[in-house]
Amino acid sequence: MRNVIIIGSGPAGLTAALYSARANLKPLVIEGLEAGGQLMLTTLVENFPGHRDGIMGPELMAEMRAQAEHFGAEIIRGHVTSVDLLARPYTVKTSEAEYQCRTLIVATGASARLLGLPSERALLGHGVSTCATCDGYFFRGKPIAVVGGGDSAMEEAVFLTRFASHVTVVHRRDTLRASKIMQDKALANEKISFEWNADVEEIRDTGKGEVTSMVLRNNRTNELKEIPVDGVFVAIGHTPNTKLFQGQIDMDPNGYVVTHAGTRTSMPGVFACGDVQDHVYRQAITAAGSGCMAAIDAEKYLEGLPQHLGEAQVTA
Amino acid sequence: MASEKVQTITDANFDTTINGGKPVLVDFWAEWCGPCKRLAPTVDELATDYDGKVVVGKLNVDDNPNTAFKFSIRGIPTLLLFKGGQVVEQVVGLADKDSLKKVIDKHVA
Repeated sequence: MRNVIIIGSGPAGLTAALYSARANLKPLVIEGLEAGGQLMLTTLVENFPGHRDGIMGPELMAEMRAQAEHFGAEIIRGHVTSVDLLARPYTVKTSEAEYQCRTLIVATGASARLLGLPSERALLGHGVSTCATCDGYFFRGKPIAVVGGGDSAMEEAVFLTRFASHVTVVHRRDTLRASKIMQDKALANEKISFEWNADVEEIRDTGKGEVTSMVLRNNRTNELKEIPVDGVFVAIGHTPNTKLFQGQIDMDPNGYVVTHAGTRTSMPGVFACGDVQDHVYRQAITAAGSGCMAAIDAEKYLEGLPQHLGEAQVTA
Repeated sequence: MASEKVQTITDANFDTTINGGKPVLVDFWAEWCGPCKRLAPTVDELATDYDGKVVVGKLNVDDNPNTAFKFSIRGIPTLLLFKGGQVVEQVVGLADKDSLKKVIDKHVA
């Protein structure tokens, strides 16, 4: 029986691990498929306090992981396939093992969202990508497009100019959602141009099995336009990874875990931190901050548990 | 560290490998690809689990661009499963071991 199990190993999960390890709770972290979280797919992180020259995303995550382990957190490779939060103690299953715990910290984060076009799905890995740092290399000297208007889209567009001959940013509005500093970087880059008010209608050519162009629809004029590209990078935001918890803890209509009074979920003893419960800030530092909160909330909750009682009798 | 059961596939030995009789799982990867590193231990485990039944190999796309180009690989990690020299399955991006086993088991008696 574990005091604390943490599902997820991004900034939220690893900070929760650090704090709960230092509180002597011997946390178990199940790192998940996308171990290290979204920062593993970024390059230079310039807004994490304490790193004035920036730090590479994967390096920052390696540091966080080492720090959590240094204080006794146990981090295992594995992917949680189901949880049972309706009976105490809580049960967490991976494909290899089954664990039980008094408190659970949900730090499963969010994963890149796709546009939802059949042609996009068919060409994934053949020109359609959600990871510029992984796949930019394949587009040396080629024209490509980035779909989206947020910080991630601008970061990807700027990064991809290292490889691509030209980057077209396709955005469905006429203004960017990205922060001023990221907008300025993208707007000032000579290799980047913009298609405003543009919805992606189709990505071609599924017959050939590779990307040759994309069809855009101007959502004001309904005009169609085809632009030749060899790659399409989709950066339109994220979907919270909450499937595991459906029907067991409260979520908002978009699938984000609802938290109250800190990181508490609707189920006593279950806490949530990071992007899985935050569609507003979504920063590494806010995720880390809420991971800290979840660990402290879990610790408080454990202190209130009558240790001599059987788990089944505990009501919070 | 790749398990010794995992073969190194190159542009040079690709054709002979996939036409070797057994199904072949090819992991297209590169040194600079974080998710590829994440997938590597799973690929190692699959090589052990399917030892004797499926040939499991890794192809570095930096060193062997021709094969990657031939299969229009524009994203990694990508796993291709070959049977009788033909692609029968493809998995793009990260996947857990159970779902990969399901994919392989469709083609391995």
